[in-house]
Amino acid sequence: MKKIGKTYKIGGDVVIRDVYTIVGPKEGEGPLKDKFDMVITDDLWGEDSWEKCELKLQKTAVENLLNRNSLIRDNIDLIISGDLLNQITSSSFAARELEIPYIGVYGACSTMTLTMGLGALIIDGGFAENVVCVTSSHFCSAERQFRLPLEMGGQRHESAQWTVTGSAAVWLSNSGKGPKIKHVTFGKIVDLGVKDANNMGAAMAPAAYDSLNQHLQDTGINYDMIVTGDLGVIGKAIVNKMFNEDNNSIESKYDDCGTIIFDIEKQDVHAGGSGCGCSATVFGSFLYKKLLNNELKSLLFASTGALHSTTATLQGESIPGIAHCLGIEI
Amino acid sequence: MKYNKDNYQQVVDEITPKNKMLKNCIMAFIFGGAICVIGEFINDSFVSWLGITEDEASPMTSVVLVGISALLTGLGWYDKLGKIGGAGTVVPITGFANSVVSPALEFKREGYVLGTAANIFKLAGPVLLFGYLSSFVAGLLSMAFR
Repeated sequence: MKKIGKTYKIGGDVVIRDVYTIVGPKEGEGPLKDKFDMVITDDLWGEDSWEKCELKLQKTAVENLLNRNSLIRDNIDLIISGDLLNQITSSSFAARELEIPYIGVYGACSTMTLTMGLGALIIDGGFAENVVCVTSSHFCSAERQFRLPLEMGGQRHESAQWTVTGSAAVWLSNSGKGPKIKHVTFGKIVDLGVKDANNMGAAMAPAAYDSLNQHLQDTGINYDMIVTGDLGVIGKAIVNKMFNEDNNSIESKYDDCGTIIFDIEKQDVHAGGSGCGCSATVFGSFLYKKLLNNELKSLLFASTGALHSTTATLQGESIPGIAHCLGIEI
Repeated sequence: MKYNKDNYQQVVDEITPKNKMLKNCIMAFIFGGAICVIGEFINDSFVSWLGITEDEASPMTSVVLVGISALLTGLGWYDKLGKIGGAGTVVPITGFANSVVSPALEFKREGYVLGTAANIFKLAGPVLLFGYLSSFVAGLLSMAFR
């Protein structure tokens, strides 16, 4: 492994061996409905709270990933996971039942590429052979923590996004066949003063632009596709505008998971999808399969996060944005 | 990056779609008006059919409206009305009932005392506080000028 600029170049093999995805009913009716491994039929999935449902999503994603690949828990050196809830309880409580050494991280909606980036470095450093990276989000548990009670009648802003109910578990290994993580760029926090918690796309877009730009400058790779995590319609438009103003348009090959997972108009999700589960499940169901089928030879994948809290927002703080990039090649 | 805290907000405002103010106002007028018409109907029914006096019928109407709103919230219908009706369903007393019942339902899983009871006025608390405060001020004024 060596460092070029702010990007880590992976020296050995870090193979994405498999990804297991589970989503909620609304996501299961969206454009990617046939591509997920499992679609749950209601928001509680037999549990008595949304929080318990979310941890079950994570736990089931990991268990089904292991079963599908005939792996046992002892084969996995490390599980790295994170989610949106306070004290990342979905991740820790899921790991409690998995009995695999666990690192919990908080990266808000950037968690998927954060955990995969960390996993890649640990494997490339020779400290692990197999790592599972997991994340999840749940519309109801996130609404409850960050916004208002669900049964409260009111209107959502045009710029608001819809938190994806879903989880994905990714198996990274130092051997085997599959798309490989070649470069990792951890982003820096960029905060251009957006305080509107109903406009997350706009708050995170400058961080996405900054990290993507850094990665592209450091590596000089001409990727087949560039995908951000959950900027939605507004954030995506801002990123395009920023690159266009640099005379370095990425518009023809750039997309955002928040605009891929839902049919924006028909499913009434305003500015698009969001949440840790958004980039995680779109990657696992859609992008990863494109890489496996050779439809894509290279992918720059950057989950994006808004590192704010309800307390900080009420105290008048602006929203710090972040984006972590993975350069994936077949 | 050419953007900073001073010039970025302009870009955000340019790209962010505006809320549909006119449509929202019209829907609020229709829904808010409809709730008031229903209230008037209940009030008149009390007076003309049950022979209750105007003074007594008015608070009884409020109780019935609050009851209906609580029921609709519990059935998960009031938030759907709220999505279309907006301020028209928030401002009348039914909206107040919804703002009490919705956290009560949501926090039930954390127990009846520290969950429901502790959070039931989470949204309605400010309304109650400023309601009490303004009635106190109104009381003082009416005492001073009597």
